[in-house]
Amino acid sequence: MNRTPNLDGAKMAIWADSDPWAVLRQATRARVALGRAGDALPTVRELEFRAAHAAARDAVHTALDADRVRTALVAAGVGIDVLEVRSQAGDRATYLQRPDLGRRLAEGTDLPAGPVDLAIVLADGLSPRAVHDHAAGTVAAVLERLPGWSVGPLVLAHQARVALGDPVGAALGARCVVVGVGERPGLSSADSLGLYLTWDPRPGRRDAERNCISNVRPPHGLGYAQAADTLAGLLTAARKLGASGVLLKDEGVALPPGAG
Amino acid sequence: MTVRRTTLGGHTFEFPDLADLLAKATPARSGDVLAGVAAESQAQRVAAQVVLADVPLATFLDEQVVGYDEDDVTRLILDTHDTGAFAPVASLTVGGFRDWLLTRAAAGDEAAISGLARGLTPEMAAAVSKLMRNADLVAVARATRVVTGLRSTIGLPGRLASRLQPNHPTDDPVGVTASILDGLLHGCGDAVIGINPATDSPAQTIALLELVDAVISRYEIPTQSCVLAHVTTTLRALERGAPVDLVFQSVSGTQAGNAGFGVTLDLLAEARAGALELGRGTVGRNVTYFETGQGSALSADAHRGVGGRAVDQQTLECRAYGVARHYDPLLVNTVVGFIGPEYLYDGKQVIRAGLEDHLCGKLLGLPMGVDVCYTNHTEVDGDDTDTLTLLLGAAGCSFVIAVPGSDDVMLHYQSLSFTDVLTARQVLGLQPAPEFVAWLARMELLDDDGRVRSLTPDAPAARALLAAARPTAKIAISADS
Repeated sequence: MNRTPNLDGAKMAIWADSDPWAVLRQATRARVALGRAGDALPTVRELEFRAAHAAARDAVHTALDADRVRTALVAAGVGIDVLEVRSQAGDRATYLQRPDLGRRLAEGTDLPAGPVDLAIVLADGLSPRAVHDHAAGTVAAVLERLPGWSVGPLVLAHQARVALGDPVGAALGARCVVVGVGERPGLSSADSLGLYLTWDPRPGRRDAERNCISNVRPPHGLGYAQAADTLAGLLTAARKLGASGVLLKDEGVALPPGAG
Repeated sequence: MTVRRTTLGGHTFEFPDLADLLAKATPARSGDVLAGVAAESQAQRVAAQVVLADVPLATFLDEQVVGYDEDDVTRLILDTHDTGAFAPVASLTVGGFRDWLLTRAAAGDEAAISGLARGLTPEMAAAVSKLMRNADLVAVARATRVVTGLRSTIGLPGRLASRLQPNHPTDDPVGVTASILDGLLHGCGDAVIGINPATDSPAQTIALLELVDAVISRYEIPTQSCVLAHVTTTLRALERGAPVDLVFQSVSGTQAGNAGFGVTLDLLAEARAGALELGRGTVGRNVTYFETGQGSALSADAHRGVGGRAVDQQTLECRAYGVARHYDPLLVNTVVGFIGPEYLYDGKQVIRAGLEDHLCGKLLGLPMGVDVCYTNHTEVDGDDTDTLTLLLGAAGCSFVIAVPGSDDVMLHYQSLSFTDVLTARQVLGLQPAPEFVAWLARMELLDDDGRVRSLTPDAPAARALLAAARPTAKIAISADS
């Protein structure tokens, strides 16, 4: 069993104390014991919830700011070229309703044909904020761990799903593509970056052929170094195996819903 | 195959087959656009509705949307069709059927409408709902009665039950218990205390079943538990003697969709038989629970019918009800805003879909509930879920789902809060299941007017329940270590 008993002696002592809710509140992040105003939530609780929802909504609808990402990359010491591409989803509303368009490159996209060992794509996904906040730190940590790998230009992708990495990687002549994508925001996590590794990228790759590292989001989620260690390990193993996805054991996990 | 056509505003619209006609007649939603079957103009949509209104109901027995030979759901639907139950409406067109339903609903003739269930196919229910406005969907559902029971009775008039959903990201027993107690103190949990497990394994499922069973037994709560693991996991739990009240499974409206869920019709029958054998009911013998949702077939690329053509998501949803009803469920709910904006984009689409699903489920004989919910990338917020909840309450919805503070911390979406359930009951004059009301009264959780009291944590009634958590948590933890 992978559960952590979290009711130690001290907490049991609290249980006998005056506020029996205290232990229950400590036992879960669920919004228990909020109180009531008549049959509704008290104003302060209602507004707390709205603030969390607003943060998540704003994370979805913020536009990817390429200059901001470039600046952050330079600050993190990443010196490689940065290119921008767009999917066939022309705006956010289309992107949200047409995942198929978010997986295809806009007509006329021109990328330098490698070959390279690795292409890195930074995709806005469902949280451009995650790319703003965590992409540069993640990329810097990953590149540090890949001496000897030739890496293509960094590709910033607008209105992009994970699978947009397939045509980008193919166009760049990359043996492998890593897509850093903003994950679907939760109420308490609007800035999670997911990393998806696909060996031999080309259109039509299935989700089962990818490996995923989820919730890169220091300090609350996975740190950059930890994520980069795992990713570098997966990349090395993928190169040896000549494949990614379910064939590649290690931390390879199923794709979270809504990420594809 | 019959090409159907009509002329509207000087333009002639043609619909090459029944699947196309149903799709084009469907009120707008993103999933049908994604599947490439949605109407291309408002005029085309209305033209399709005009044509659909003239299609005889009996046509749906002869002309299939998903083929009989290649799909076991179609075979189940047609092979179990009850011509006797169909007789009162057998001569009607889809439009005539809408009028018939609204006339019976206005007269309060529940028996006439409810008696049709086994005579209707899912495609008939889908078709008539496409001609209805939201108020029609409410009015007819309100006059459709489906009553089920295990240890509480679901679907009686004047009642709105709730599933208490105490999910926890690691299935922590104390965390789960905290959410259960919070829900009970708000008068929720009469439909089921139902947990989505973080880990789908027999051991974890059994641990959670025993946890909830301990709470239910200790306080003699007239409700049932469910761990919403895969049906094969629940079968394992049954083999090991776990206290399984309800067998759960997500189901789809096509054989391919069910294959995507890893289930067959025989597997569902086997699990139901296993739960029935335990005889855990007191007021009834309904031992299954199903969840569905528009878009699930499309998301699994299992949405095609005759000739490989895509079928609209609402018709496929109704076909999932055709599966569910075969197993005499205690509860069925659509998870209406969960799947994402590529299937239902905004509040208008979610509200419409929730009301359609509720009515169609009821018409087909299901104890229909709704998970009124949304994700953060959908154009939906609490105002929309309020609207849908109150409409569902008016429509006589069997149950809704509620989580602490609207925030499901395991599945990362928003459903109703416990207070939303209180509000709907109060505004609409609805009560929990009768057995549960009696229990709430016994626990001194109701005031003199029968309303759920707002308790401070040190109130005796709250303390009595909270004390339950202590030994339960101890047992769970010692079993764990």
